Amino acid sequence: MTLAVRDLAVRFGGVAALEAVTFDVRPGSITSVIGPNGAGKTTAFNAITGYLRPAGGRITYEGVPLTGLRPSAIARRGIVRTFQRTSVFPALSVEDNVLTGLHLRGTAGFLEVLAGRRRLAAEESGLVTDAAATLEFVGLAHRRREKASALPYGEQRLVELAIALAARPRMLLLDEPGAGMTAAEKTVVSGLIRKIREQGVTVLLVEHDMRMVMGISDTVIALNGGRVIAEGPPAVIQAHPDVIRAYLGAPRDPA
Amino acid sequence: MTRAGGGLLAAAALTLPLWLSSAYHLHVAIMAGIFGVLALSLNLLLGFTGQLSLGHAAFFGIGAYTSALLTLKGEWSFWPALAAAVVLAGAAGWLIGRLSLKLRGAYFVLVTISFAGVISLVSVNWIELTNGPLGLPGVPAPELFGWSLRSKTAYYYLVLAGIALSYLVSARLVKSRIGRAFVALRENEPLAESVGVDVTHYLVLAAVVSAAMAGLGGSLYAHYTRFVSPEVFLFTYTVTMVVMVVAGGKGTLAGPLVGAVLFTVLPEALRAAASWQWQMLAYGVLLVLLVFFLPRGIVPAVQALRGRDAS
Repeated sequence: MTLAVRDLAVRFGGVAALEAVTFDVRPGSITSVIGPNGAGKTTAFNAITGYLRPAGGRITYEGVPLTGLRPSAIARRGIVRTFQRTSVFPALSVEDNVLTGLHLRGTAGFLEVLAGRRRLAAEESGLVTDAAATLEFVGLAHRRREKASALPYGEQRLVELAIALAARPRMLLLDEPGAGMTAAEKTVVSGLIRKIREQGVTVLLVEHDMRMVMGISDTVIALNGGRVIAEGPPAVIQAHPDVIRAYLGAPRDPA
Repeated sequence: MTRAGGGLLAAAALTLPLWLSSAYHLHVAIMAGIFGVLALSLNLLLGFTGQLSLGHAAFFGIGAYTSALLTLKGEWSFWPALAAAVVLAGAAGWLIGRLSLKLRGAYFVLVTISFAGVISLVSVNWIELTNGPLGLPGVPAPELFGWSLRSKTAYYYLVLAGIALSYLVSARLVKSRIGRAFVALRENEPLAESVGVDVTHYLVLAAVVSAAMAGLGGSLYAHYTRFVSPEVFLFTYTVTMVVMVVAGGKGTLAGPLVGAVLFTVLPEALRAAASWQWQMLAYGVLLVLLVFFLPRGIVPAVQALRGRDAS
């Protein structure tokens, strides 16, 4: 078992954003969380990655509890996320963005840095090589020297993905990776997500684009009103009456 | 900066006492150097982690008082007193860093201002220790292997060494993964956390190093002016540091030094050229112009020009 979410509850004031949410994410799978706006998808992501403190429930990763840990500590356990809104380090070059993502790969400590140990130069050039490989992987090698904020939207999303990948996740949480992208860009992203999974990374994503979700997911979890209403392979979810009702509304009663 | 340019600058700095004829000019150079250390120190926080400390004079003052008190009352010699000044100021930085962990932006600014206010009050009111508003006269000049560094030329080299050390520390940090973590916090804190940057650790580290460096500046100041009073905590000192960092170019290594030289030399030059009222007016106009035309500071503007030439 990789990620296990049990009875997760999140409240904002009196409003229950998530209530008794329980699901598992199998290792090596691509799992999607879908649901109408306000269903609690991003809230679930925020709770899993430590950006929100849940009001109740347990989240464990390989049996180890994650609840109460800070985001950076969760990242250290191999769980890395992206954000719904484009999130890069705007003033930095694309390469420096990815180098920052490599933070946990570096080992240089404060005193070593001050002493200017020779080992660090080797480590640094190793990181630069890794950053180049990651940029190559997402197809942004030619943008290396450019300022992240100067890139078009779709490419900024790829920078974001590269930053997350640089952190060498064992589990990657993608919050609407296809949002605002053209159909062609979405195809590229879908391809990348498959490749990421092939490298042994478990992928959990929130996505609105049903074609993308149904095309790449092994399992789909449908949320509505803060609860899991259905879970299963894409074909089952597509035909699930509760899911259809959540998206389209209940069929009108014949009057 | 190119290697040749840097070498030339270093040569100029090293031979400066030979070029400057008067003791007054050398005095201005020493003050510029002390402010250079302070500006480098503030830049670590403001320029790299993006947190504005408006109480930076507190760390400067703690350094100055520590060094002065230890040499005067404790009869320590200069070098261990200098080290103690750095350590104590750094400890104060740690305290502020821990206290304001959850605070960013305006709240961090308020904590730092309040801290400076409190420390200033202590220096005025703890008369048995600090001699209150009268201050501590007769702070001894440093000695090195039995040689007194009392002369301005000798002190200039001491300050130059202080700058070199501060610059080296800044440069090594900034060019490492630690510096990248600082900048990541400035640019996008949630994203930085998502890739494992421990916010607590790096903000506290930046505060400690920055404060320790300001403590170094304070000690250098105390043993140069040979007199320390609660004036070292004046808000003006903090404002001067901020102006130097912002005008020179925050988040660059050379910016604070350029700012420190400019804003130490300029008021002195104006003092010679015009009466007091005109001085302040000219100073103000220049600041407005700088902010207006070079909002990111002098050094980034020069870098941008160079970049355009290159491409």
